[in-house]
Amino acid sequence: MKLHEYQSKTIFSKYGIPIPKGRVAATAVEAKHIAEELGGRVVIKSQVLVGGRGKAGGIKLAKDPNEAEQLATQILGMEIKGLPVRKVLVDEAASIDQEIYLGITNDRAAKKPVIMASAAGGVDIEEVAATNPEKIIKVHIDPLLGIRDYQTRDIASGIDLPREYWKSFGEIVKGLWQAYSDNDATLAEINPLVISKDKMVALDGKMLIDDNAMFRHPNLNEMRDLDVEAPSEIEARKYGLTFIKLDGDIGCMVNGAGLAMATMDIIKLFGGEPANFLDIGGGAGADKVAAAMRIILSDPNVKAILFNVFGGITRGDEVAKGILAAMKEVKPTVPMVIRLVGTNAEEGRRLLADADMITAETLADAAKKAVAAAQGA
Amino acid sequence: MSVLVDKNTRLIVQGITGTEGLFHTQQMLAYGTNIVAGVTPGKGGEWVEGKVPVFDSVKKAAETTEANASIIFVPARFAPDAMFEAADAGIPLIICITEGVAVQDMMRVRNYLDQKGVRLIGPNCPGLLTPGEAKVGIIPGDIAIPGNVGVVSRSGTLTYEVLYAMKNIGLGASTCVGIGGDPVNGTNFIDCLEMFNDDPKTEKVVLIGEIGGNDEEKAAEYIANKMTKPVVSFIAGQSAPPGKRMGHAGAIIEGGAGTAEDKINALKSAGVRVARHPEEIAELLK
Repeated sequence: MKLHEYQSKTIFSKYGIPIPKGRVAATAVEAKHIAEELGGRVVIKSQVLVGGRGKAGGIKLAKDPNEAEQLATQILGMEIKGLPVRKVLVDEAASIDQEIYLGITNDRAAKKPVIMASAAGGVDIEEVAATNPEKIIKVHIDPLLGIRDYQTRDIASGIDLPREYWKSFGEIVKGLWQAYSDNDATLAEINPLVISKDKMVALDGKMLIDDNAMFRHPNLNEMRDLDVEAPSEIEARKYGLTFIKLDGDIGCMVNGAGLAMATMDIIKLFGGEPANFLDIGGGAGADKVAAAMRIILSDPNVKAILFNVFGGITRGDEVAKGILAAMKEVKPTVPMVIRLVGTNAEEGRRLLADADMITAETLADAAKKAVAAAQGA
Repeated sequence: MSVLVDKNTRLIVQGITGTEGLFHTQQMLAYGTNIVAGVTPGKGGEWVEGKVPVFDSVKKAAETTEANASIIFVPARFAPDAMFEAADAGIPLIICITEGVAVQDMMRVRNYLDQKGVRLIGPNCPGLLTPGEAKVGIIPGDIAIPGNVGVVSRSGTLTYEVLYAMKNIGLGASTCVGIGGDPVNGTNFIDCLEMFNDDPKTEKVVLIGEIGGNDEEKAAEYIANKMTKPVVSFIAGQSAPPGKRMGHAGAIIEGGAGTAEDKINALKSAGVRVARHPEEIAELLK
């Protein structure tokens, strides 16, 4: 789950990281009031969960409250990479002497969190990593020990930070570590962390939270922005299904993530295009299968559906019952190809014998039949 | 011979009285797996299926039964504690089936278990199957026959698909290891390749990977330099869009890294035959 800049920075400030004065606004009038409170120049920053906001014209500098209102009107009417701007952050403008990158993420290969820092901040860090990897300092943290003071000094000297800033930088690194650690983040990032009039300030902030840890963070769950997800994906989550919408025309329903991916791949291999990724998970009952089928059929692009179920914990008869229940309710008009193998598959096939479905024995056979059906053959 | 589990495995089931734990205990017992104890805190003294004693802690269960492996079926929020508990009780092999363990928890677990020299399989995995000897996990027993092909996989049902296609043409497995689909896990591809390389019963190896991370690339490097047995592979997720987590927490293309194409190319350069779809693996093994 992604947090907005204003949400991330609010969390950072709770951990002692200095952030600019400012607040979030949903209307231009509000933005004007905030600008009046702050006095002087302000930055109007669109709050959308995509990168490249600045390049898209979603971040603007205003010299007074009237201009702040004007720019906020403009930005609040924008769409950036398909996402509507519903809020803007109004921050006091800072003079910038140096821009630093500071981030913590999980290094899956090392099985440890890694702190990354660079004196080349303010730009896309992946670009720096690709072109000048030597400009990025990496320090791994033992997850059982947490961060130690000497490590913050190693980072500071590694990016050639002037010594007078080492102490305040160390506090910021430790604060960011605590924010990352306490909130089960998979990424906590300040880009840029600036030196402004002899002080360090986090001008921007980004956090990604581990979805598997949400049970510990009900407060963060309330911050979830549903704009970034397709409505069908939100609906699927309610039923405990993993659904990802794609651009093709063959709907897929599969048990297991790896097999769901392989099913999409084989559709493509035989000349078709998958309309979605859908994992019904292990042990799905009839209700879940019916919900999955409704979600697939809500996509008008779908011209055929491929069901591929390899029963283990999931039982073929339960899947068949779900399909039958959903068929009664949504009355699908597209051709459906089904392949059932494994636990209770025979009983499932018997239940579906009278249903108007194309059956297949192997995955390859099922994929070929689905591609042919979608092409109207 | 086989790897990790066989008829000498003495297994504890953590979470044995839960729905999942109980169902799979029945399945494993029916297969002939030697389950010596179960653990559910607060239910010590009970019996499961009339023959498996339940204990309050892994320590008590291990002391009483001389268990040498433990399988975990507890919910995600309790799974890290279950893994720490098994490690502290001196269990050398832990298999965690549970899906959805938080990644920061897993980093702590993994670093702790490494210090203790404990081998972990999973989490978010289907476990282990040595056909004809022991089923330690949720892989359906009837889809695989004993044989000389070692199978290692990040996926569950996709692995079933491959085992089943192998069985259909008379090919069996020495051991099948499901290492799981999480970004931070225990045993990895290279660990399994090493074990299969040293196992006299294993003659060929199947490696089933998927998008995300670079474990397949590292495995390719190992295969090129050390592996003496032929390896056949399939990589899932060739049609997956970047930036989306494809069901498994670890299956995501991030910053252009972790694509199926990179993995397939690395494996092919290492001399691995890569199948275009899962059923083709069986053909390539012939």
